[in-house]
Amino acid sequence: MTQRANGSVVVRHEVGMHARPSVKLTQLAKSFAAKIDLGASADGPWIDAKSIVKVMRTRTPKDAVLHIRAEGADATSAVRALIELIERDFELET
Amino acid sequence: MIRLAGTAAAPGLASGRLVRLAAVERAARRHGTPEEERAALTTAVAAARDALAALAERNPGEEASGILAFQIELLQEGELPGIAYEAIAKGGTAEAAWQAALEAEIVDYESSTFPYFRARASDLRDLRERVLEALFGSGNEPIPAGAIVAADDLAPSRFLATDWDGGGIVLRRGSATSHVAILARSRGVPMLVGIDTARLNGHREALLDAEEGVLILDPDARERSEFERRRAAHAARLAEEAVHLARDATTASGERVRVLINIAGPDDLAAVDPAHTDGVGLMRTEFMFHGREQLPGEEEQYRAYRRVVEWAQDRPVTIRTLDAGGDKPVPGLTLEGESNPFLGVRGVRLSLRRPEVLGVQLRALARAAVAGPLKIMVPMVTTPDEFARCRALLVHAAAELDAKGIPARRPPLGMMVEVPVAALEIERFDADFYSIGSNDLIQYLNAVSRDAAELAALGRPSSGLWRLIRAICEHGRRTRREVTLCGDLASDPRAVPALLECGLRALSVVPSAIASVKAAVARQETRA
Repeated sequence: MTQRANGSVVVRHEVGMHARPSVKLTQLAKSFAAKIDLGASADGPWIDAKSIVKVMRTRTPKDAVLHIRAEGADATSAVRALIELIERDFELET
Repeated sequence: MIRLAGTAAAPGLASGRLVRLAAVERAARRHGTPEEERAALTTAVAAARDALAALAERNPGEEASGILAFQIELLQEGELPGIAYEAIAKGGTAEAAWQAALEAEIVDYESSTFPYFRARASDLRDLRERVLEALFGSGNEPIPAGAIVAADDLAPSRFLATDWDGGGIVLRRGSATSHVAILARSRGVPMLVGIDTARLNGHREALLDAEEGVLILDPDARERSEFERRRAAHAARLAEEAVHLARDATTASGERVRVLINIAGPDDLAAVDPAHTDGVGLMRTEFMFHGREQLPGEEEQYRAYRRVVEWAQDRPVTIRTLDAGGDKPVPGLTLEGESNPFLGVRGVRLSLRRPEVLGVQLRALARAAVAGPLKIMVPMVTTPDEFARCRALLVHAAAELDAKGIPARRPPLGMMVEVPVAALEIERFDADFYSIGSNDLIQYLNAVSRDAAELAALGRPSSGLWRLIRAICEHGRRTRREVTLCGDLASDPRAVPALLECGLRALSVVPSAIASVKAAVARQETRA
């Protein structure tokens, strides 16, 4: 069954969505079947969360709100997992 | 002999043969049909990806693998090759199509207002060259071991493929935030940026001093021996500091001095081993309030505070309540248009005008205190009444949580001593501990703004400051209250003797100064 899900999260990492966090985010996004998009606002414009080139192009700075929407069988868990990753600060600290 | 000034991007000193890297010259490549060009590019991208993966395997470690993972990911996905394939379909050659696709991306990165993203342009240049190399089957000459390498810019992957062994790096472009600078720091390779590399023509030998930010070309004997002296002194200092980093700080007379750290948020802890510290002497909380639409909630604050307490593993953590105002405005909270914000509604003055905001913070702190020895510090206290009101709010917050059955503890409440009138009559303040904020205390004592570069000489510590600190320490000793100093002064090894002399036995420093401050403590005699 096709699900739709969305959510938003504040990027807390010191330099925002930089190279390493973006790699982790796209790799996690690719582990889901759902189509996943990121947007700077709740109304888009939306970009493909599975593309590192596009994620880096957003130049999301620290403290920016990132909106996530997904569509597909595992949309709900995809949005939850991405928000968790960003909230955990990309696990860059252990 | 020529001396060129540059900006240090990685510390240290190096000397050696000067090697200038020239741009690669490529032989012509035979062009085929669009299908053949597309296939050639596909093969080159795959080869470049494999080469990067092999390089990543040879260079384990957080920094290197993270940087390479970014480049591998860029080649892994179809986005950039896709742009090039479109150009090839329109009749372009593989190399021109790839260069154009990358160039557009590089220009975009270079025009970013964020220095971090601008610095990423060099990763893309690196990627562009690597694929072109695979396409033409010819690449860069390897860099000889131990050389002082001068170039416009240096690709991270080329850095990783080089044996640095005592060498160094001099770049015209680049910055301290570039990936190659991060790598150079993590591998201990001295590096300068902002050097006009065109002026290096015809020179053979160089001394690179990233401590002083100079490059010396074709040095004479005197210059050479002076450099060796500096290099030996630097090595001795590093060795001495390394010995002290993991040790407890103890004076030459055997007295224990606690060295804690100042942090601006949990992010600052990533590179610090808690065992090298005696805890966190100052955690600022402004980071949570900046650049956002709404103020942080209790849950978010609680989680941030708890992370720091857990990091410290039973060492004390002192967290300062919001110190907004002054040079740290928070939209929607601090007053706008104050003519003199440093003397305006800042620190506790603001918190007491917005008790609901302070209440959320105190509740979050009381909850986090369950996880370990957390202490709360109030900034900018001027009168005993202000402090008493904060204490009442903390008692109230703890009672509220208790009534709801939420686990919480009432942490010790201390004051930051930074207003001269409070420092002068410290005994009127019934705080559980005192922490001297020397930056503001000096600015208010000397009536010299912290940002007035022209008055830097007037803004130095005075005998009046030492006298005040001595009196605060004396009061702390008499009443068995802890006294710490958490301003910039504590991080300056040259100031350590005077601070110990005043009676301070706890210093809270920036994380990068832990070893140098401990070493300075160890050199100092104290009378117990």
